[in-house]
Amino acid sequence: MKDPLVIAGKSYGSRLLIGTGKYKDFAQTRAAVEASGAEIVTVAIRRTNIGQNANEPSLLEALPPSKFTYLPNTAGCYNAADAVRTLRLARELLDGHDLVKLEVLGDPHTLYPNMPETLKAAEQLVAEGFKVMVYCSDDPIQAQMLEAAGCVAIMPLASLIGSGMGILNPWNLQLVIDKVKVPVIVDAGVGTASDASIAMELGCDGVLMNTAVALARDPVMMARAMKKALEAGREAFLAGRMPKKLYSAAPSSPSEGKIAPKAA
Amino acid sequence: MIQVTVNGAAQRFEQPLPVSALIEKMALAGKKIAVEKNGEIVPRSLHQKTLVENGDQLEIVVAVGGG
Repeated sequence: MKDPLVIAGKSYGSRLLIGTGKYKDFAQTRAAVEASGAEIVTVAIRRTNIGQNANEPSLLEALPPSKFTYLPNTAGCYNAADAVRTLRLARELLDGHDLVKLEVLGDPHTLYPNMPETLKAAEQLVAEGFKVMVYCSDDPIQAQMLEAAGCVAIMPLASLIGSGMGILNPWNLQLVIDKVKVPVIVDAGVGTASDASIAMELGCDGVLMNTAVALARDPVMMARAMKKALEAGREAFLAGRMPKKLYSAAPSSPSEGKIAPKAA
Repeated sequence: MIQVTVNGAAQRFEQPLPVSALIEKMALAGKKIAVEKNGEIVPRSLHQKTLVENGDQLEIVVAVGGG
């Protein structure tokens, strides 16, 4: 595998992680995930319907856990205790699977992370043997605290969940990338392909997205676009961009050998 | 008669019953689910041995689409 994304010792060929919410149906979910090339898919844990359609299609049939790495999340949890309980249920549900996405939200309007509760939950989950990928603010100090707590990936927001506002503070993301050694994956805020490229050009190790794909007019085409955007951004980062300068003192074409200026 | 809470809704049963029997009564047998009783996970291997009693609070969950 060339240039793999390594999380908790496991290598992944794709740097795009994709959410499975908000699609029209499971067929579209599956088609978009396949078009994106993503190997890691996030899922939510929710109460099952009791006494309703027993033959309801299930996500696990549409996206078999044998083919994709599931990343159960704690979406909708507003305190550490609920997040820990949710992921214990996820581990039981997924036969001991321990790679998880922790998110503890601060309020329902912004879905901004509650960082004290996030850190508390991270410590508890690591102690229980979970491999924790953590949604967090783009604060480099908090990111280092989460890394010190044993999280296997730091996942700062680029802008609010579901907002599609793009990379609002590239400087803070840069600080997070510089400060932590585990993978940094932008989680939330990406709206279109160029946003994903910018994240990768900054040096992020990956991007996690859901709404940008699911709510595109053509989710499958957007999934394909995102795949290319991540690859382009990653290669641009590895290639090393030219320095920015306001004026170019060096034109790209030779200064010598120009034809004689026309006589006045 | 016992009353228990399953996913927030009251359910009545003739008498205490194993988690596995409750799962069957709820038409969830064979489904990929996880069960929590009074805040603690009930591992699949203990569904037959673990008794649901009056006043117990159960959560039964599945994986659904999410970001």
